[in-house]
Amino acid sequence: MSPSHRHHACCDGYTRSQLLRSAAAEAGKGLPAIEPGMPEPAGTGLSRRRFLSRSAGLALAVYGASKIPLSAFETGIAQAAPTDKILVSVFFDGGIDSLNVLAPAGDTRYQQLRPNLKLAPGSGPAFSEDPSLQWHPAASALATLHGEGKVSAFPAIGYDHPDQSHFTSRHYYEIGELQVGYRTGWLGRYLDAVGDSENPLQGLSLDGSLSPMIATAEKPVAAIDSVDGYDLWSHVDSPVQTEMFNSFAKLGSLPADSPAMGQVRRATSQTDKLRQDLDGVGDFSSPVEYPDNRFAHKLAGLAAYIAFGLPMRVVTVRAPGGYDTHADQAGDLDENLRETCEGILAFQRDLEARGLADRVMVEMWSEFGRRPEENGSLGTDHGAAGCAFVIGSQAKGQMVGEFPGLTKLDEDDNLRVTSDFRGMYCSLLEQWLGFDAEAIIPGAAGFVRPTLVKP
Amino acid sequence: MTIPQEKPVAARPKTRRRKRRRVWKDKHFRWVPDGQGDWKVEAYLFRHRHKPKAGHSRGPGKKPARQAQAAAATPAPASAPPFDQRPPDAYQGSFGTTQAVRLLHRAGFGPVPGQAEQLVSLGLVGAVQSLTRPGGTAHLSGPAPRDDDGNPLAPGDAWGHDHLWWLDRMVRTDQPLVERMALVFHDWFATSNANVSKTQQMIDQSNLFRARCFGSFLDLFKAVTVDPAMLQWLNGNENRKGSPNENYAREMMELFSLGADRGAYSEEDIREAARALTGWRNDWSSELGAYNFRFDPKRHDTGNKTVFGNTGAWGWEDACRLCVEHPLHPSFFVEKLWSYFIPAPPSAAVRDQLTATYAGSGRQILPVLEAILTSPEFYEGPPMVKPPVVHLASMLRALGRPIDTEAWIYICDMAGQQLFWPPNVSGWDDDRWLDTSTMRARWLMVTYALEEIAPDTWNDTYSTTETPDEALAKAIASWGSPALRDEHRAELLDLAKRSEKLIVANWQKGPYRAMRQNALLQLIGVSPDLILQ
Repeated sequence: MSPSHRHHACCDGYTRSQLLRSAAAEAGKGLPAIEPGMPEPAGTGLSRRRFLSRSAGLALAVYGASKIPLSAFETGIAQAAPTDKILVSVFFDGGIDSLNVLAPAGDTRYQQLRPNLKLAPGSGPAFSEDPSLQWHPAASALATLHGEGKVSAFPAIGYDHPDQSHFTSRHYYEIGELQVGYRTGWLGRYLDAVGDSENPLQGLSLDGSLSPMIATAEKPVAAIDSVDGYDLWSHVDSPVQTEMFNSFAKLGSLPADSPAMGQVRRATSQTDKLRQDLDGVGDFSSPVEYPDNRFAHKLAGLAAYIAFGLPMRVVTVRAPGGYDTHADQAGDLDENLRETCEGILAFQRDLEARGLADRVMVEMWSEFGRRPEENGSLGTDHGAAGCAFVIGSQAKGQMVGEFPGLTKLDEDDNLRVTSDFRGMYCSLLEQWLGFDAEAIIPGAAGFVRPTLVKP
Repeated sequence: MTIPQEKPVAARPKTRRRKRRRVWKDKHFRWVPDGQGDWKVEAYLFRHRHKPKAGHSRGPGKKPARQAQAAAATPAPASAPPFDQRPPDAYQGSFGTTQAVRLLHRAGFGPVPGQAEQLVSLGLVGAVQSLTRPGGTAHLSGPAPRDDDGNPLAPGDAWGHDHLWWLDRMVRTDQPLVERMALVFHDWFATSNANVSKTQQMIDQSNLFRARCFGSFLDLFKAVTVDPAMLQWLNGNENRKGSPNENYAREMMELFSLGADRGAYSEEDIREAARALTGWRNDWSSELGAYNFRFDPKRHDTGNKTVFGNTGAWGWEDACRLCVEHPLHPSFFVEKLWSYFIPAPPSAAVRDQLTATYAGSGRQILPVLEAILTSPEFYEGPPMVKPPVVHLASMLRALGRPIDTEAWIYICDMAGQQLFWPPNVSGWDDDRWLDTSTMRARWLMVTYALEEIAPDTWNDTYSTTETPDEALAKAIASWGSPALRDEHRAELLDLAKRSEKLIVANWQKGPYRAMRQNALLQLIGVSPDLILQ
């Protein structure tokens, strides 16, 4: 029931800043400076309004497009056609340790650098495309999909002159450019180009606050607190439940003899009204079984929304837990990676069962990888090249960029980059979303486009 | 060596019985005439613990005249208990359970079962004093707080455990007013984790509030001014000679001691006070965050500054003192403190009287606080909406439930109040606790609070004969027997009857009654009776 908000092993500054970012993404709050030169997240200045869409059955926080009356969104959502292709972005927040997700377990250099955090050879599934690598046991679900040819792995993705600040590097990934000060995300610019001016569902964050990646300049986008809508959960079932709510409404309608009493009465009656208005919202069922956690539940809701025909183009969601594992990495990484991968596998199976798998592509990313040499706290510090995955029935399923090995590291003793994240973006835009990357990614012409989608 | 055939069973820890500490009565507390037709409190002469040092403040006003001391010896009216000698401007009505419950809610986090009755026996003044003069260190009784995995909290390290740590103190302390005043000052000097490098520094700040919440406001103000969390939050650590940072100087006047739009200070006063506050700094490391906070004379501007018309080579302590000695500070102080306990502002006459008490006491918090907690407005005035953490803590106290889940972190956040995360430097807005979003959170708060005691609907053990009256009585008793308004009780009884009419088959008798019990428990939790204080 309760989400794990713990970040035992994180550096405090990071955790704090991460919260600030989510606050900033809620627009209008501004972002206090944390580090000199830290970029403001894209989308910081977007206005936010709450909107209840009866037609979509969702309580949405709508971002941007402040001049459009909220009622127009209702029409917009109702009229927008379900789009053909959907891109789902899953973010490993904090910099996931790619050398543990796809580990060169048999490498003696690896064993030297990771006396405590190395994976034992054979402890996880083999990685068929490079026998020197193996999956983390907690990533078995991803290995299963890889075995079915549905996963394109990037074992060392990044960019030249890597920045080891969470905020700066994450900002680069979010905006699709090595600059600070962009106000729109790379997918936000895509939505500005192809989106509808009255359909906020086209860009949807399943995190309660907007991902800067889908921050637009003009077109509305949305975030939702919960895939379950607005419910008043209790230990009471039907039919007594109905009588309970009748009495709840009655308590809200009684006269008030003080201002404070008036406040409680008003809040009570409005809450009950909203409950009735949104009755049945988020009431979905899944054809497959999902793991019992919030991340999986969000994905289950998402699959149901896609099946329902909600007009979404781009969806973002944060992977469970934090990946800034400066201390006691092993347990946290195992738990969070397992939840993520098992959730993604269930989501893929759900889409397959519903016959929707050819419409959805998942991209998993992180702002950087971690230092090959572990630190003294059973953790790892910020590194350079990291990992990314493109997952789906239509994914090409072929590794992009080789694993660079640990013999030669970069000047900061970090893993060298063998693929550029902007190349991945260009391919996703052109091959999956069918849109010219030149208009979205600055300098797109200069990036090699890996083949990510089946021909 | 013999190998045990069965896994050894660890001895069950003995359930410790909750100790009720006897409430301490201050024998030295006395209201005495001041010789000018008014009353004053003799107990503030600091003689109940230690003899005052030579030259120490003697408390409010001059030493009482001989005649007045003699008058004080006159026995109190026979109707009042001997220790309940109320000053004439105090509340004169009956001090029964209703009044004690209000006192326990606003000056604490509500009663544990039986506590209100215990307070009644002390009389108004004795009851208030038992809260305002607890003496000694606080005792936490009952099971220690745990996270969802059953582990002890890590308040300085784990996300949100700082919130649980404080919530636990609210639930288990025997000095509830200390925690409530710490909450008051957490809002008054609102500092947030958002710009403080270590959560432990936030916790340390709250301990500062606990230690100084009844004493001299100037001492508190000075301690807060150079508190590491505050130094980071309002950039006091970046305020240096030649490049002053005005952030703290402005808020210390506007929010902490004088108030905006009262003509108390000018922009020039802020700039000059910022210069006086220069010199504090700290070191930084990625491991420790901000640490080693200290005053560095090299960073201090030693020149003359003119603040509120007073010129001198002022330093940070002078800046605090000048604010507290400002003629408009006492009225700001008493009105602000009042607002935490009583919803409508005091009349001009009451305000002036409190202001005089404050100024006369050498700007001590305690006499004003005691005057507020014994005032007629406190007991006769309208109710207030409980802040979310007070609503939650009061429910957990009533239910006897310890902190055993991290759900309280996000539920309180949803309800609008995560401790150590006030929305901004002006704190929480006490007039806006309730809307459809935060009300839903309060509903869920009640659902979660009832998790342990809600009868299982389908386990076939619930009574099949319970009457509506019995059902309601049981639900009220489960909540520690709070007083319900007649119209609420009537509606709940009606619900109990309507629910029973839904039973049409034999198998429904028990399960529907269990559901009915849960419905009654739920609605009591979200009723005005439990949301208001």
